[in-house]
Amino acid sequence: MQENDAEGGDVNAAAITPQNTTSEERRKQVRDEWSACLTNLAETRDKSEFARLFGYFAPRVKSYILRLGMPDATAEEVTQEAMLLVWRKAHLFNRTKASASTWIFTLARNQSIDRMRREKMALYELPEEEPDPDHRDMGEHLVIEGRMKAAIDTLPENQAQVLHLSYYEGKSHSEIADQLGIPLGSVKSRLRLAFSKLKAHWGEDA
Amino acid sequence: MNITHHFDDATLMAYSAGSLPQGMALLVACHLHWCPHCRERSEQTDAIGGALLNQLAPTRLNDDALNAVLARLDEPEQEFASVKHDTVSSAAAAELPAPLAQMLGKPIDQLPWKRIGYGVRQLDLELDGPGATRLLRISPGVSVPHHTHGGNELTLILRGSYNDEIGRFCMGDVADLDDDVSHQPIVDTNEDCICLIATDAPLKFSGLMGRLVQPFIGL
Ligand SMILES: [Zn+2]
Repeated sequence: MQENDAEGGDVNAAAITPQNTTSEERRKQVRDEWSACLTNLAETRDKSEFARLFGYFAPRVKSYILRLGMPDATAEEVTQEAMLLVWRKAHLFNRTKASASTWIFTLARNQSIDRMRREKMALYELPEEEPDPDHRDMGEHLVIEGRMKAAIDTLPENQAQVLHLSYYEGKSHSEIADQLGIPLGSVKSRLRLAFSKLKAHWGEDA
Repeated sequence: MNITHHFDDATLMAYSAGSLPQGMALLVACHLHWCPHCRERSEQTDAIGGALLNQLAPTRLNDDALNAVLARLDEPEQEFASVKHDTVSSAAAAELPAPLAQMLGKPIDQLPWKRIGYGVRQLDLELDGPGATRLLRISPGVSVPHHTHGGNELTLILRGSYNDEIGRFCMGDVADLDDDVSHQPIVDTNEDCICLIATDAPLKFSGLMGRLVQPFIGL
């Protein structure tokens, strides 16, 4: 595989990361690796690259889809379909907009929604956009996501709980309110608080 | 378009999480097509999903999963059934956000509006619940009865404007309301106000007028 982008680094290096790097650096390397890998895939159409992406993401996508409440056989099928979309839509991956894991998350989410609605509904794709000069580059996105992950880990339990019920289990805010026996307004305010903490990491300089 | 009213953070989080009912998701997608500000915010709420995906413990796939997918990589790619741009009239595409134009296929003035009361016409999009998704077309000077919401109500202004206790809402603006809010919108120009409204629970009208009108409108 050709890797010309200094920012992406050598994808093979991550597999033999030196022992002395911190776990956060290690995680960042891994994320860098996958975003570079996905960008390359669009150009090279290299199936062994795809197989590497599959090896890392497909088992996580399947976990996500299972958490949404799909039976195992359906989750397996939807996971495979989502990964097929990764291959087909790789040219639409825009590393200035999202990291690989965020992009694959949105594909898996849309594929799951599509499956859950029996009828074949349109998926609402966002328009192709002109480059935004103010937009953060990929490196920042990766830093942001790394910090977001760290920030998620430090959220108070009651905020982490609503975040997980919403994103992992696909529960509506009303369903979460019923399940936890709290008012709808409390669910939303916990989510808003969680988001404002996570967003603070988004705005910071690297 | 000068958009001044946007979604609540919690709504964009629900959109990213994929937990909104179909009509509300449609409405959010429509506003995102028009609003760069909310698009950037939705990238942030999506990134929460990406970070969580990375945190999940992997689940084993079927042994032949990778080979099954590899075998399909060279399949001719069927066009996604949803993208039928040629069937969307250009008039519809010009005045409506793309997801709605695709769904309706016709410009606003050619839709089969149903009169549901004085100065109010509607078109039920008949999407999956919970809740309802409809287009409302309200004549100048007409006011929708005072109501609160059992759950959440999203409104996207497609044409014209209205005023209520919260402020003035014009083309592209969204009103993102929940059960804490009671409001009574009134159309405040000499142009019809056309909006897309999606709820996740029935509305509750208050006052005599509301009680009279609710069974009639069926909102
Ligand atoms: Zn907005």
